[in-house]
Amino acid sequence: MALVEIRDVHKSFGSVEVLKGITLDVEKGDIVTIIGRSGSGKSTLLRCINALETIDRGEIRIEGERIAADMPNLRQLRQRVGIVFQAFNLFPHLTVERNITLAPVLTGKVPKEKARDLALDVLARVGLADKIDAWPEQLSGGQQQRVAIARCLAMSPHLMLFDEVTSALDPELVGEVLKVMEDMARQGMTMILVTHEMGFARTVATKLVFMHQGRVWEQGNPAELFADPKTPELKNFISSVK
Amino acid sequence: MTLNFSQLWRYEDLLAQGTLMTLLLTVIAAGAGTLIGVGGAVLVRGGPRPVRWAIRGYIEVIRNTPALIQLFIIFFVLPSLGLRLPPFEAAAVALSIYFGAYAIEIIRAGLDAIPRAQLEAGQCLGLTRWQVFRHIVLLPALRTIYPAFTSQFVLLLLGTSLASQVSAEELFHVGGFIESRTFRSFEVYAVICAIYFALVMAFKLAFAGLERLIFRWPMRR
Ligand SMILES: Nc1ncnc2c1ncn2[C@@H]1O[C@H](COP(=O)(O)OP(=O)(O)O)[C@@H](O)[C@H]1O
Ligand SMILES: [Mg+2]
Repeated sequence: MALVEIRDVHKSFGSVEVLKGITLDVEKGDIVTIIGRSGSGKSTLLRCINALETIDRGEIRIEGERIAADMPNLRQLRQRVGIVFQAFNLFPHLTVERNITLAPVLTGKVPKEKARDLALDVLARVGLADKIDAWPEQLSGGQQQRVAIARCLAMSPHLMLFDEVTSALDPELVGEVLKVMEDMARQGMTMILVTHEMGFARTVATKLVFMHQGRVWEQGNPAELFADPKTPELKNFISSVK
Repeated sequence: MTLNFSQLWRYEDLLAQGTLMTLLLTVIAAGAGTLIGVGGAVLVRGGPRPVRWAIRGYIEVIRNTPALIQLFIIFFVLPSLGLRLPPFEAAAVALSIYFGAYAIEIIRAGLDAIPRAQLEAGQCLGLTRWQVFRHIVLLPALRTIYPAFTSQFVLLLLGTSLASQVSAEELFHVGGFIESRTFRSFEVYAVICAIYFALVMAFKLAFAGLERLIFRWPMRR
């Protein structure tokens, strides 16, 4: 059984069909990168996976469990699926420590007196243990994004979703975030990421998905797809981002 | 004109009593009005359409008519419908309804100012709607509305003097009473005015202190 099973998923906003029958499997330990032009439905697909959007047709299963926005244990599911957004979305009024420990404490994952240790532990994994008492506003974009990743890690997710997490960063800050993601990949985290970082898609990903006009246009081994795209659309896309 | 404050000292207790009533009226109306504000703001953003319309109507009527007439309606008109309230209670109800209309607008703006992405980030971490509100929305929204809300509070405090018109025994009413006994109009109203001024200043100081205490995170720009 795949960790994530996506079957014939359709999603419309009003009369516009944004996802037109997506089928995709993600195995445990997979690093799946989704590439494609702006507007092809990549973010919507990620948002459907943790039920931020409700799907119109088809089904999505995570660890065998069919997900829906109105499922009774949606919160338990979300605790197992971390998502990191382009805009970091740290809570500005909480210190780095509280940003990280808020959810684990409120959901009973960790007792209050162990919370700081947990924060230190995940911050160490993103190389920011010394920023535990800082305010988000005092950090660079790259540091904020690494804290956002640490905040997810503190929930010990089984799956991580990343939506263009380096796109809002100054170029010189992209590397530090990618490195954290590479470390996570090495440690066996299952990840689905939307990215424009072709280097990452080429070298770290175990699977490449090219989305076009709401469909999975091509998917497969990254090296093979990059070397030998089957469709003119992917060929075009690859040459346009190089 | 020679000023003579000496007669006023006899009414020290009465002045204190009036001041206390003014404070009580302010705190009750601000408390109840804030509850109306929170409930109304939540409903006006996400309630069923008829409820949203009803709330909008309430806000428009209250904000575009004299507060004094609202008070008169509660005190003089409701009894004919069988609801008779004593002066202080009538004033408390009228001022709560009055403050509530402004509070809804202020709180709604505060909630609107929180980006949806903040709520989603909370949901994605597996928090309940209440936890998201309490731990992610509340403080930043409060900070946004703090200046508007505290000025509205000051306007309310000064506005409680309207209650004198239905003989609720707050500060301004006490002033009228003392004036009728002493005929020292200027002195009486100078003292009353000074008390209002001192109350407002005390609240402003407290609000400023509270602000520094609660909103400690640095802001962009
Ligand atoms: N909440 C929404 N309401 C209406 N249209 C939306 C919404 N979210 C996305 N869309 C539309 O869906 C299409 C796909 O968007 P998105 O999934 O964000 O694409 P991508 O991430 O690949 O750039 C776009 O045309 C976008 O305008
Ligand atoms: Mg997108």
